[in-house]
Amino acid sequence: MSALLDLHDIARSYVTRKGLFGQRKLVRAVDGISLTVNPGETLGIVGESGSGKSTLGRMALGLETPDEGHVTFDGAPMPSHGTPAWRALRRQMQMVFQDPLGALDRRLPVIEQIIEPLIIHGIDGDHRRAGLTALSAVGLSADHGLRYPHELSGGQRQRVVIARALITDPRLLVCDEPVSALDVSIQAQVVNLLIDLQAARGLGMVFISHDLRVVRQIAARVAVMYLGRVVEEAAATDLFRAPQHPYTRALVSAAPSPGPRRIERVILTGEPPNPAARPTGCAFHPRCPVALPRCRTEAPALSRIAPGHAAACHLLSPAAKVAAR
Amino acid sequence: MKAPLVRIKGLNVAFDGAPAVRGVDLAVHPGEALGLVGESGSGKSVTWLAALRLLPGKAAVQGRVTLDGRDLLSLPTPEMERIRGGRIGIIFQDPSSALNPVLTIRRQISEVLALHRGLSGSAIRAEAKRLLDLVGMPDAEGRLNSYPHEMSGGQNQRVMIAMALAGQPDLLVADEPTTALDVTIQAQILDLLQLIRREMGMALVLISHDLGVVAENCDRVAVMYAGRIVESGPAAALFDAPRHPYARGLIDALPTLEDTRRLAAIPGVVPDPRDMPRGCAFGPRCAHAGPECLLDSPPLRAVAPGRRLACARPDLDLTPARPTPAPHLAEVTS
Repeated sequence: MSALLDLHDIARSYVTRKGLFGQRKLVRAVDGISLTVNPGETLGIVGESGSGKSTLGRMALGLETPDEGHVTFDGAPMPSHGTPAWRALRRQMQMVFQDPLGALDRRLPVIEQIIEPLIIHGIDGDHRRAGLTALSAVGLSADHGLRYPHELSGGQRQRVVIARALITDPRLLVCDEPVSALDVSIQAQVVNLLIDLQAARGLGMVFISHDLRVVRQIAARVAVMYLGRVVEEAAATDLFRAPQHPYTRALVSAAPSPGPRRIERVILTGEPPNPAARPTGCAFHPRCPVALPRCRTEAPALSRIAPGHAAACHLLSPAAKVAAR
Repeated sequence: MKAPLVRIKGLNVAFDGAPAVRGVDLAVHPGEALGLVGESGSGKSVTWLAALRLLPGKAAVQGRVTLDGRDLLSLPTPEMERIRGGRIGIIFQDPSSALNPVLTIRRQISEVLALHRGLSGSAIRAEAKRLLDLVGMPDAEGRLNSYPHEMSGGQNQRVMIAMALAGQPDLLVADEPTTALDVTIQAQILDLLQLIRREMGMALVLISHDLGVVAENCDRVAVMYAGRIVESGPAAALFDAPRHPYARGLIDALPTLEDTRRLAAIPGVVPDPRDMPRGCAFGPRCAHAGPECLLDSPPLRAVAPGRRLACARPDLDLTPARPTPAPHLAEVTS
């Protein structure tokens, strides 16, 4: 089976400057990442602020072009942003962001916004009927379609955004923190909806979130990002049951839960990572409870530690295991 | 049990005639950690903003809030100002907007120390540094000369905690203190709050939408819905066996890391305060609602030692997480 989306060693830098007259500095937001998404598969991307997960999502959709590496969609290179070829491809790849109110036009009834992609992409047929079908697919009634965004609740607005994203029958859906702004009871409604739609349509999905608990529910495979790099990637079941990278262990142990705790809580010391001041060696070493001298100077590569399980940590590399013996 | 430190009785708050808090009774005992959970619009923040008289003038507040027997709501303003930041410290969700961007951290902490502790000169300097050390700020001496924008969100929240502790409060009210922070930093800050609470014997009110955060950090919990407390009790017992259908629903809707199960979403949305349903406010979303639920808003009654419940059908068998009932797509929200 060929991958629907293939990110090959992609990197993206931004220029920042400190202060008004400060020196320009190149910040690598995404620093050499390779990931694939197969048709019908959900890949979860977790990471904290500044990990580069949103930049990664934008490159996956061709909204930004990587400085290095390349993105392949359905076996062909991703066309550059804004070109006719890219626009034509957009009906096959859609996105859902955190803030539905910002993604909707306040002056239009939502049904008109849901069918807009059909007009943009010149898709013929009964648009109104397609719009009503899309509404009911996300659990909204025809009456909801006639309302304006401010007349709907947050969860209903996010359903509208999802309906609009799915109306062109895309093959890839990139969701960036789609439920983070919603209350728990509403969040569950939208998570269930995404799971069902994904299964029913065989969508390839990239689900980006800082909330491990939500990613656990929705993703089959998960990549954990830290300062622009993937530090661990595995099947969701393995990753959450037995996290291997010290950062993943800390993340998993820090997820608050009303039930009993399975793994001992790891409280990290130190400050959150700053992409503009990337530490040498392994970027996690200043906060890592088990760092070795080697971690300060030498960046570990992402390597296979078990079938289908990769991690970037000197302590987990086969060589380290041999040395420990 | 000792007398409560703060007691809220019959608190009602309305904005332009729309009720936000509808008859809340709550007591905080010395040294305890009380969690207040609920979704947006449940009134959990407004309850404490009203109790500390931090709401704008257009809010209509009724009821009694007593601290050691004195009613805070009828206290002259200067006395209330001494209590806020003195005996009761407060921290909010967004530390960077609560700090003054044009003043150094030293100036802002010093102000509190001068106002509430009457310190001056070198005593202020020493105490400011001690407070930053207490909240685990690296390079405390250097940080005192920093401005808020030079620090991360987690560091700013540490400064806010240091300022709240400067008045040596008996009670710290923390309103979503970690919601804006990353999960590893959240763990650090919550850990810090627990440590300080135990060391200083301070009571803590933790307001949060996150059940996990409250469960792990509080002794006692009150669950709010549409301006009322619907259930309260010891944290472990309540999360283990909730007795209100809304509390049960919240727990079932919460994804966990343990397994993937279909999340049991609560159908519908919270009611509009201007258009409250008849009887129990949760009735229209409740799977167990019966005719008795339409009669009256059920009062919060003791149902077991330490446990209180506001439900017209208090003897429901709320078996945990029903396995995938009706397809959720049928749950059309209106």
